[in-house]
Amino acid sequence: MKSFLQEMNRNKVLFLMIAPTLLFFIVFSYIPMVGVYYAFTRFSFDGGLFGSEFIGMKNFEFLFNSGVLWNLTKNTVLYNIAFILISNILQLLCAIFLSELPGKLFRKTTQSIMFLPFFVSFVLVGAFVFNLFNSDNGVVNTMLSQLGLPTYDFYVHTAPWKYIIVFFHVWKGLGYGTVIYLAAIMSISDEYHEAAKIDGANIFQRVRHIIMPMLVPTFILLILLSLGGILKGQFDLFYQVIGNNGLLYNSTDIIDTYVYRSLAVNFDIGMGTAAGLYQSFFGFVLIITVNYIIRKVRSDYALF
Amino acid sequence: MKIRMEKSTVVFNAIGYIIITILALLCLLPFLLIVSGSFTSEMEIIAEGFKLIPKKFSLDAYEAAFSNPKQILDGYKVTVLVTLIGTLFGLFLTSMAGFVLSRKDFKYRDKLSFFIYFTTLFSGGLIPWYIMMVKYLDMKDSYLALLLPGLLSAWNIILMKNFMKSIPESITESAKIDGAGEFTIYLKLILPLSTPGLATIGLFMALGYWNEWFLANLFITSGDKYPLQFLLYKILASAAVLKTSVAGNLSPDFQAPAETLKMAAAVIATGPIIFLYPFVQRFFVKGLTIGAVKG
Repeated sequence: MKSFLQEMNRNKVLFLMIAPTLLFFIVFSYIPMVGVYYAFTRFSFDGGLFGSEFIGMKNFEFLFNSGVLWNLTKNTVLYNIAFILISNILQLLCAIFLSELPGKLFRKTTQSIMFLPFFVSFVLVGAFVFNLFNSDNGVVNTMLSQLGLPTYDFYVHTAPWKYIIVFFHVWKGLGYGTVIYLAAIMSISDEYHEAAKIDGANIFQRVRHIIMPMLVPTFILLILLSLGGILKGQFDLFYQVIGNNGLLYNSTDIIDTYVYRSLAVNFDIGMGTAAGLYQSFFGFVLIITVNYIIRKVRSDYALF
Repeated sequence: MKIRMEKSTVVFNAIGYIIITILALLCLLPFLLIVSGSFTSEMEIIAEGFKLIPKKFSLDAYEAAFSNPKQILDGYKVTVLVTLIGTLFGLFLTSMAGFVLSRKDFKYRDKLSFFIYFTTLFSGGLIPWYIMMVKYLDMKDSYLALLLPGLLSAWNIILMKNFMKSIPESITESAKIDGAGEFTIYLKLILPLSTPGLATIGLFMALGYWNEWFLANLFITSGDKYPLQFLLYKILASAAVLKTSVAGNLSPDFQAPAETLKMAAAVIATGPIIFLYPFVQRFFVKGLTIGAVKG
């Protein structure tokens, strides 16, 4: 304690400079952690934090026994796995082509276009979905009726939305991930390519035997890091695409949308907090595990 | 140097051009649909639906949108102010924190770094945070609710710290010998040397503020405080019909724009981003490569 005060006195200014930041995280991150206590209560707004009735694990029991938790977890995890695999593979593919194709203007233009979706808000994604799929005058139905085919009411069928959600996720992150893989490809020394060319390797062989092996660590690392966040759902995407369409919940409800609805629609604070705590806790366990694995394999890439 | 291309290279290039072109078109298509939708007449949409190329070019939706521009201007005002203030203030705090944590002679830098980093590993979740904001900080319908939560992020601080670590220590040391105070060193020496990092992080923050809609959804209740993206969301959801003065003078062959107005609103809310995009894109690309350097 004495040494701390001495240090504090010696570096007064440094402490003062970081104080607002620390205060920010205490107020907006650490104090709300105390609020996970709501998960064990039947919440009443007037009672506040410790005035609400303590009911132990009842909220968790309900979530578990009703099958809600299982469905939410399944959706969250499966969507994330689809996101991670499809995104990474397409980004890798784009990066390989963009690094090897001739034509600077073509490369620059297409790369800029592919990066564009990263910059727009998810509300705009909602506008796209409306424009494309709304049943009265969406582009898809316009095309169907022009072709003389029966129109399709997207808002009452669950089947297409999985693909729509995955599509827009991949769509939004394509350019971003391509840049990361492109940077990894650019860091491969030209000597390998030169040597391979002299030995008569064609481009497919160079991709297969130089670029791919060199990118495998980046690929696995990015996949592993994403797996650490597999319980975190992308609320913006799901909410803007699906909104409050209850018909579609069974196949499109993720933990984050459930928590949001508990708060904003059903006012079921205890249950929502319980689902959120479940997500935070297992997310934490997961990321510690992933970090442990990375530390074993490539300790220089470990997060902490 | 061989001029004639090998057959495998031709095949590779052909596949590459096709795949990249298709993907780029898929990335662009939704934007084109929105823009063309906004320039179509309402009658055509109702009769035939949205298409890529409208039969007749129409400015009705924009005329309607700007006939009573108060809502849109309010939205712009809120978004621009929150973006500017949030980004500047956030950059100031982020860079100060990064400066302190990058100082090797600062004894608690590892402990404090972890204190900040831990918030990315575990959180109390949305609901306790929401109750904190509303019940204890009284932020319902306050501009602060749009501003404060995005002010600092652990990732940005770590990024800033890594960036400042790459500045030679000798600069700080020699300034200290000359008797400069810590804040002076930060302001006069380190900050000017960090401009590339500041630009990148600043742009990420500005983008985050500009595209923010969720905070407004949670906290903002009065319409004149809606930021642009949330206004767009409300218009799309038809919850807030964009107030226009067109409704009064309806003639039989004129349909007040509703569907096309949604598209025009989307263009108006996104326009600045698309317009600035060519100029800022390279900072993001650079930023991603800085971010690749690990903490």
